[in-house]
Amino acid sequence: MQRSHEIIFAGFGGQGILSMGQILGYAAMIEGKEVSWMPSYGPEMRGGTANCIVIISPGRISSPIITQFDSAVALNQPSVEKFEKRLKSNGLMMYEESTVITPPTREDLRILSIPAVSEAIAMGKKQVANMIMLGAFLSVQPLVRKESVMDALSKVLPERHHHLLPLNEQALDVGKGLVSRIEAGVAH
Amino acid sequence: MSHKPEQPRLMKGNEALAESALRAGIHAYFGYPITPQSEILEYLTEHGRQYGCVVLQAESEIAAINMIYGAGGAGGRVMTSSSSPGISLMQEGLSYMACAEIPCLVVNVNRGGPGLGTIQPAQGDYFQATKGGGHGDYRLIVLAPSSVQEMADFVFEGFRLAEKYRNPAFILTDGALGQMMEKVILPPAGSLPHPEKPWATVGKPKHRERNILTSLHIESEKMEKVNHRLQEKYTALQREARHEAFQTDDAEVLLVAYGLSARICQKAMELAREKGIRAGVLRPITLYPFPSKAVAGAAEQASNVLVVELNSGQMIEDVKLAVNGRRPVHFKGRMGGIIISPEEVLAEIEHIVEHTQVEHV
Repeated sequence: MQRSHEIIFAGFGGQGILSMGQILGYAAMIEGKEVSWMPSYGPEMRGGTANCIVIISPGRISSPIITQFDSAVALNQPSVEKFEKRLKSNGLMMYEESTVITPPTREDLRILSIPAVSEAIAMGKKQVANMIMLGAFLSVQPLVRKESVMDALSKVLPERHHHLLPLNEQALDVGKGLVSRIEAGVAH
Repeated sequence: MSHKPEQPRLMKGNEALAESALRAGIHAYFGYPITPQSEILEYLTEHGRQYGCVVLQAESEIAAINMIYGAGGAGGRVMTSSSSPGISLMQEGLSYMACAEIPCLVVNVNRGGPGLGTIQPAQGDYFQATKGGGHGDYRLIVLAPSSVQEMADFVFEGFRLAEKYRNPAFILTDGALGQMMEKVILPPAGSLPHPEKPWATVGKPKHRERNILTSLHIESEKMEKVNHRLQEKYTALQREARHEAFQTDDAEVLLVAYGLSARICQKAMELAREKGIRAGVLRPITLYPFPSKAVAGAAEQASNVLVVELNSGQMIEDVKLAVNGRRPVHFKGRMGGIIISPEEVLAEIEHIVEHTQVEHV
């Protein structure tokens, strides 16, 4: 990668927002990149919204806290509203379809709606919606390889949950597949 | 002894600091939970036993600091941590330890204040940390990390300095650095030697007099002697002043900031340089002793100095003393747990440059 990439992951507490960022960060670190992961930890953690800023860079990262992002991954309506205006021109806004009623409108963005929750339900495990989103995100922004994500997952997940690794891998693939289908079929 | 090389890990600042403390061979940790540093106590509670470290949740911060006083006096390598309101409660104990010359490490994961304030990051405790927050005429050795790596490294550095000078050392960090994750390579366990502590109160053998550690010196003549000894120590400490400089050699606007603010200023510096403004950043690493010479030297070559802090302007007083009127010193800060953005700092840099040019016409 030539330059740093700055991402905001945002949604409600309990959707796996912070883990999504952490797994991406860990994967980038495995690939020898510099990483910072900055969570919100205020009152919003207690039941409200949660977000984390992830910066992945080939070199030293200056500020871990920034206000303009290359990409946003939003899993609820308030996050779309808050971070749409904080995206750089030509940035990526990826949101979860079922949790957002009013989609983003900026014309200088690449906007993708991902039905991650319904796909996760179809897979029989609603909790993997975040990994579907991550898979979709990485197919648009290939910042790290899937093997590194799996490697990161096996390090982040406690051993007693390692039987869930194949399901998570499947979720990443589903996310990637959704993007290909959207790009092949539906106009965006 | 062969060690396999440490693998980088992705860790929270608080956890990296806690793991580093165990690797530094602390004998005991006494603390009381408070956001945004509770992970330190939690981590040590979980992992302390493997290292044979005593980890105790005290009944209050006042109790914790006095346990540190006792265990440190007995020669132990001891640590406590808290966040702003809890650190206020520890000031009496810190003053006692400074007087009795007990080495220890105290960590303040600064949050917004005054009062109970907010749990968000801030730098409002600079005065308290660097000017002797408790009563009497004393100083702490104050280190200000600006990355998760330094959260780990400065534990070792803090103990090294504390034990070398027989003085409490202090890590002044903030909620953001405590909560964020970055890549960290931890220092190897057992790599910090335990120095002899012949002054420790460990029972009186026949061959020497009793060791007495006290902060009570009723007779003024004796008290003043202690004062002089402490002041000589603080003078000697000045040689430990440390800083880091980024593109200060050709800087027209010199930014001075510590900890998290220094990271934000580096981003602002990058943005300014993209616009053709020569900005540079000087980051004090030790807040006490303050790197006055380095600040003065870097200011000499700039036309303006801008201090950026997450408070109403505290370190700026030390910067002004160092610059001593030779350059204008400006200030930009945010409070209340709001983190200043690189763009806000950039706007201030642009304002200063514009204003300076107008003056020159």
